[in-house]
Amino acid sequence: MTAVLRAQALGRRYGRRWALRECTLDIPAGHVVGLVGPNGAGKTTLLKLAGGQLTPTAGDITVLGGRPAGGPAQLAKVGFVAQDTPVYAGLSVAEHLRLGEQLNPRWDAATARERIARLGLDPAQRAGRLSGGQRAQLALTLGLAKRPELLILDEPVSSLDPLARREFLQHLMEATAERRFSVVLSSHLVHDLERVCDFLVVLVDSRVRVTGEVDDLLATHHRLTGPRRDPDRLPAGQHVISARHTDRQSTYVIRTDDPIHDPAWTVSRLSLEDLVLAYMDQRTAERRVALEVQR
Amino acid sequence: MIEFYLDGGSGVSPYLQLVQQVRHALRLGLLREGDQLPTVKEVVAQLAINANTVLKAYRELEHEGLVAARPGVGTFVTATLTDASLAAHGPLRLDLRRWLAKARRAGLDDESIEALFMSTFRTTAQEDIA
Repeated sequence: MTAVLRAQALGRRYGRRWALRECTLDIPAGHVVGLVGPNGAGKTTLLKLAGGQLTPTAGDITVLGGRPAGGPAQLAKVGFVAQDTPVYAGLSVAEHLRLGEQLNPRWDAATARERIARLGLDPAQRAGRLSGGQRAQLALTLGLAKRPELLILDEPVSSLDPLARREFLQHLMEATAERRFSVVLSSHLVHDLERVCDFLVVLVDSRVRVTGEVDDLLATHHRLTGPRRDPDRLPAGQHVISARHTDRQSTYVIRTDDPIHDPAWTVSRLSLEDLVLAYMDQRTAERRVALEVQR
Repeated sequence: MIEFYLDGGSGVSPYLQLVQQVRHALRLGLLREGDQLPTVKEVVAQLAINANTVLKAYRELEHEGLVAARPGVGTFVTATLTDASLAAHGPLRLDLRRWLAKARRAGLDDESIEALFMSTFRTTAQEDIA
């Protein structure tokens, strides 16, 4: 199966600031990929590079085996729903569908009409008068009716209320169950994506911190709690992601493929949110260790 | 037909929660042989979860011989878990009640009881593995 997104030392600079650097990724097809990171981490830059709205300053990127926006065939394969699910305020819902039909060779008009009816949207309604949730659903309908092999969504739910957010994700997940296609969606909140994504990319400070299948990540990361111990006294196969110490106790988040036998540790599972936070915490942890060494 | 739910704070992965809910329903007799499970699309649309999560749960149940997939139709229950052990529940519950009363008389509060039970449960479970 072709990779849905492959990046090699990909970078993008705005003036002197790198928005994304040394990004190397290999995402297999058929996943719902969550791209997570704090605001300003480079998520939108990466998604725009994948969609072809931006060109790389360094490195390479291929999407579904082709160059982003490299021609009509490539454009037809990739759907892109930009941040805050923009629509044309002056056009009606029906006009949006007609526009989609004229612009997209593989347009599925029947499904689009059926979805609009099921959502209870009035085709004559101007998009500018829709609620945030309805606008997001309209944008999703357009993205799905295009029948892309990859649908990219940039922060699709962050501005929605909890109910609209849930409905949006329900519709998106239902669509992936009906017809297999890959999805990449970003959020600065892991919690929003925890249940929907089965592949994760964590981006912090313009760099990829961790990437992989969610099940694998959860199976290989553990929290260890026990009597205080220095990180250099952990077994070689245990990679420290984050560490916290009091005078008596140590709490580590580690990544390992091996079973943990040491009876001194209480070993517990991590939620996806804890796992992501541990990676985001990495920088502060490094700083803390440095301080302790100085002391 | 049963309806799934997800407990976000349980720490149990969503796929395992689905597996456990089916097993639980089988044990309680809520699901019987021949009953149909919700389709993958239904579960996905209801819970807003990844389709692979549901597929993985159903595959695991199939692997355990509890359900079977009929292509194009759905997934059906093929076994039951309401076995002879159900009869033992009554007496065991009675023993447990007596033990709980004893623990309370000894001055343990709810949290101490739970901690004692869970730590003993874990130790014996580990001894069984070892």
